[in-house]
Amino acid sequence: MLKPEEIKQTQAWKAMGLKDEEYQRICEILGRLPNYTELGMYAVLWSEHCSYKHSRPLFKYFPTKGPRILVGPGENAGAVDIGDGLAIVMKVESHNHPSAVEPYQGAATGVGGILRDIFTMGARPIANLNSLRFGNPQDEHVRRLVRGVVAGIGDYGNCTGVPTVAGEVGFADCYSGNCLVNAMSVGLAPHELITQAVADGVGNPVMVVGSTTGRDGIHGATFASAELSEENEEKRPSVQVGDPFTEKLLIEACLELIQSGVVVGIQDMGAAGLTSSSAEMAGKAGCGIEMDLTLVPQRETGMNSYEIMLSESQERMLVVPKAGTEEQVKAIFAKWGLHAVVVGRVTGDGMLRIFHHGQLAAEVPAKSLSTDGAPAYVPPAEKPAYLDELWQYDFQQLPDLELEEIQEAFWQLLTSPNIVSRRWVWEQYDHHVQLGTLVGPGSDAAVLRLPGTKRGIALTIDCNSRYCYQNPRVGAALAVAEAARNIYAGGGEPVAITDGLNLGNPEKPDIYWQLRETVLGIAEACEALGTPITSGNVSLYNETEGQAIYPTPIIGMLGVLEDAQKHATIAFKNAGDLILLVGELGEELSGSEYLEVRRQLIAGPGPKLDLAAEKRHGEFCRTAIAQGLVNSCHDISDGGLAVALAECAMAGRIGAQVRLHSSKRRDGLLFGESQARYVLSLSEEDYEAVRDLAVEHGVPISLLGRVGGAEFAVELGENRVIEADLQKMLELWNTGLERLLGEK
Amino acid sequence: MKFAVVVFPGSNCDQDCIHILRNVLHQEVTAVWHQDASLDDAQCVILPGGFSYGDYLRTGALACFSPIMAAVQDFADQGGLVLGICNGFQILLEAGLLPGAMLRNRSLRFVCKPQLLRVENNKTPFTHLYGEGRLIQVPIAHGEGNYFLDPEGLEQLRKNKQIVFRYADATGNASSEANPNGSVDNIAGIINAAGNVLGMMPHPERSSEAVLGGADGLLLFQAAIAYLAERG
Repeated sequence: MLKPEEIKQTQAWKAMGLKDEEYQRICEILGRLPNYTELGMYAVLWSEHCSYKHSRPLFKYFPTKGPRILVGPGENAGAVDIGDGLAIVMKVESHNHPSAVEPYQGAATGVGGILRDIFTMGARPIANLNSLRFGNPQDEHVRRLVRGVVAGIGDYGNCTGVPTVAGEVGFADCYSGNCLVNAMSVGLAPHELITQAVADGVGNPVMVVGSTTGRDGIHGATFASAELSEENEEKRPSVQVGDPFTEKLLIEACLELIQSGVVVGIQDMGAAGLTSSSAEMAGKAGCGIEMDLTLVPQRETGMNSYEIMLSESQERMLVVPKAGTEEQVKAIFAKWGLHAVVVGRVTGDGMLRIFHHGQLAAEVPAKSLSTDGAPAYVPPAEKPAYLDELWQYDFQQLPDLELEEIQEAFWQLLTSPNIVSRRWVWEQYDHHVQLGTLVGPGSDAAVLRLPGTKRGIALTIDCNSRYCYQNPRVGAALAVAEAARNIYAGGGEPVAITDGLNLGNPEKPDIYWQLRETVLGIAEACEALGTPITSGNVSLYNETEGQAIYPTPIIGMLGVLEDAQKHATIAFKNAGDLILLVGELGEELSGSEYLEVRRQLIAGPGPKLDLAAEKRHGEFCRTAIAQGLVNSCHDISDGGLAVALAECAMAGRIGAQVRLHSSKRRDGLLFGESQARYVLSLSEEDYEAVRDLAVEHGVPISLLGRVGGAEFAVELGENRVIEADLQKMLELWNTGLERLLGEK
Repeated sequence: MKFAVVVFPGSNCDQDCIHILRNVLHQEVTAVWHQDASLDDAQCVILPGGFSYGDYLRTGALACFSPIMAAVQDFADQGGLVLGICNGFQILLEAGLLPGAMLRNRSLRFVCKPQLLRVENNKTPFTHLYGEGRLIQVPIAHGEGNYFLDPEGLEQLRKNKQIVFRYADATGNASSEANPNGSVDNIAGIINAAGNVLGMMPHPERSSEAVLGGADGLLLFQAAIAYLAERG
C-alpha cells in the first residue's frame, strides 16, 4: 500500500475515481494526508453509486410523503402501510455494469443485494421483479448476456425461495454495450418489526454475520460509477460471486434475530461492504464505531486493511445488538451454520476507527463518509440537440398502411422483439413458491395474496425508454402512468413507487438535462397519481465508447387490493362476452413500436400525457373490477389496440371478433400508442352497469366486438383487415423470443 | 393425522406444504429440523422442495447425510408413508430409498410451468383417489428433473408398476414433446417396491387450492389421509 506522501506524489486518487478537489476535501476533513485505506474508503463511498452526488440535489423534487408511507427514501428500502398492521417493504436496484462484464454473477448478485435490503428491514421477501434491457437479440454477444442474466436472476431467486412474479425485457441498440439489469424485491412485515440501519447506544457490540470476507468485488461501486470501455473485460475481479444458499440461510437467521427483539440496527454489506455499512450506521445515529479487522472472518489469507474494508463479498451483514445479547445472536446464526462475530463496538465520538493487527489502520469522521457528508454537484444542463430535430417531424408525410398491408404489419409487430411473449424468460423463474401468486408473469400486474389478511397487493415494473428518449420529462411521467395502468388493470389501487434511474454520464450537460427532466417527470406523475416515492436507485455513466443509453427510469409500483380475490387478468374468458375500449380511438404514432419496427423511424415527441385521464380511467377500471363487473382488463401499450386485443385473446386461448368504425388513419388506429386506454371484456348482462359506472367516472367507452371462436379477426368498417388463427398466433407468440435469441 | 415436514438448510417449500396440510386440510403438522433425530409420532413424512445445501455437489447429495435421514430411513423401513417432492425426491434418490438418479434438464435451463401428468398407478396410498390414467395438472419448478435409470432397473419399475406419474400432453399421450426435462420414459414420479415411499418432481402443494389455478394435487394429500385413517 502506498504511503500518504506517495499517494500525494502519484495522485493515486485518480485511479480510484476521485477528483482533485475531492482529494483536497478529504485532506481538509482529516487535517492531514489520508492513508491508502482511508483514501479507498472515501473513493468508494463518494462514488456516484454510493453517494448519488450528481443526482442527490434533484431528489428534493420527489414527493416522498403520504399517509401510507412508513419509511421513505434514505433507508435500506421503503415501507408502505397496507392496512391490518402490515407493511410492504420494497426497493429496486441496478446491477448494470457487473452484468455487462459477467452476466450470470452480475445479475445474480443484483438479486442478492436487493433481497438483503428487504430482509434487513425486518421483512420477509415475498416477491422479486426485474427490468432488463439489451441490444439487438440477434447479436451473438447480446444473446450471451441475455442467457447469463436470465439464468443468474433465476438461479438466485429460485434457490432463495422468493418467487419472481413480474418483469419486463426490452431491446434497443443503445443498450448493446451497456445492458441494464434492475432488480426489485418486495417484502412483508408487521409494522412493529420494521428495523432500521442505525448503530446506536455507546458500548453496544458491532457484529459481522453471514459469509466470510474475501478479495472479491473490491471497488465494485467505483467500477459502477464510470463509463464502460474495452478495458472492462479486465474488471471481472470487480464483480462479486453470489451464493444464494448462504443468502437463504441469512434470510432465516436475520428474520429470527429481528423477531427476537435484540437488534438495535442492522445493515447489509452491499456496495463498499464493511466501509459503507459501518459508516452509514454510525453516521445515522450520530455515533462512532471502533472495529478490529483481525476479528473479521476471512476466506483468504494475508488480506490487508484496505482489502478487508473494501471487499464486496456477498451475503454479509453488520449487526448492532443490545449489549449482553452477543451469545444469543451467535446461537441463532450457529443454528443456520453462519458466522456471527463481535468485531467492535459503538462509540460516542463520531469517528470510524479501524484497527488491524494492533495498528490504527484508519480514523475518519463517520458522517463525512456517509451520503450526507459526500460532495454534491449540480452540473450544467443543456437540452440535447437531437430533440428539436425529432420534434419537428411532420406525420402528414408518413404514408398510411394500405388495407392489404395491415395483416402483415400485425404479424410483424406480434413477433417483434419488444412485444413477443416473454415466456422463455419467466419460465426460468420460479413464480409459484410461497403460494401467494394469484396472478403471475404474463399479465399486466402480478397479484399476490398475503398471509394474515384478506387484502392483496398488485406489483409491476415498467418503463418505455423510447418515449423517454423522445421526451425525457413526458416519457418519465408516462413510465409512472403505465405502471399505474398495470396496477389498475390488475384491480389494485396504486399507492407507492420505487424508482431506478438509469442514464448516461451526468457530467455531460445534455445527459444532466435528461436526468433533471426525468426526475421532474416522475415527480409530476407521482404527485398526480398519489404514489409517493419510497425508495430508489440511481445508475449513471451507462455509456459505451461515449454513447449513452436512452434515459431509462424504471418504475416499480405497488398497488393494494381490498380483497385479493377481486382481481383481474388480461385473459378473455367467455365466448359471447362484449369487448370494450376504455378511452378514445387514437391515431398517435409518435413513439410507437409500429413506427420503429415497420418504418424504422423514431420521430415526434412521443405519446401525449394526460395524468387526469390516467387517474380517471384507471379508477373506473379498478372500481369495475372490484364490483365484479368485468371478466378481463388489459392496458393498451406497446403495439397499440390491435396487439392489446390479440394479447387478451391469446392469454385466454379464445378468439375475438372486433369491428372498428373510424375515419382516423389506419396505422394509428390499430397500432398507435395513445395513453390512458384499456381493453375490457364483460358479459352482456353487466353492460348497463359498466356504462353507468363509466358515465359516473366521466370515462369514454365504446363497444369493439365480442369474444369467441378460434379466430382473431379485426374489421375496419366493411374490410376484414386482420384474420388470424389463434393456434398459429399462440405458437409464434410463445416461441418467438426463443427464435429471436437463436435458442430454437 | 399427524404429518412431519423435514426442514433442511435450503428447503423452501416446507412452509407451503405445512400451509396446505394445516390450513386447507386441517391436519396436525410439525416442522422437523434436519438435525433432529426423531420424527416424533408422525404418520406421514414429507421431504419438501427447495435447494437443500444449495444443491452443492449434487442435488440432495448432502441432505441425505443429515441426522434426521436415519429416522426417515427407519420410518420407511417400517412401512411409514414418505413423500419426497422435487428436491425431496432428489434426496430420496441419494438416500437410496428410491432407485435412479437425477440429471440436469435436457434444456439445461430451470423450468417453472403448469404440467400435465398421467396417473399410471392408482393403487398406491397417495393416488388411490385418482382414476387410473387420469390426467392431472400439477406445476413443475426444477433445474434437475431429468430422471435416469438403467434399462434393467427401468424394466423392474415397469414390471412392479412403480411408475406412478408420467409427463403427458392434453390427449394423454406421454410424448417426447410433453416431456419437460428429458426424463427417461417420461417419468415424473415413482414409488418404492413396498409401495410406501413416493418421489415426484411436480409440486402437488402448488395445485391444492383453486385460487392458485387448480386443485388436482390436493387429492394426493387427501388420499394419504384416507389411507392412514383406514389403516388406523
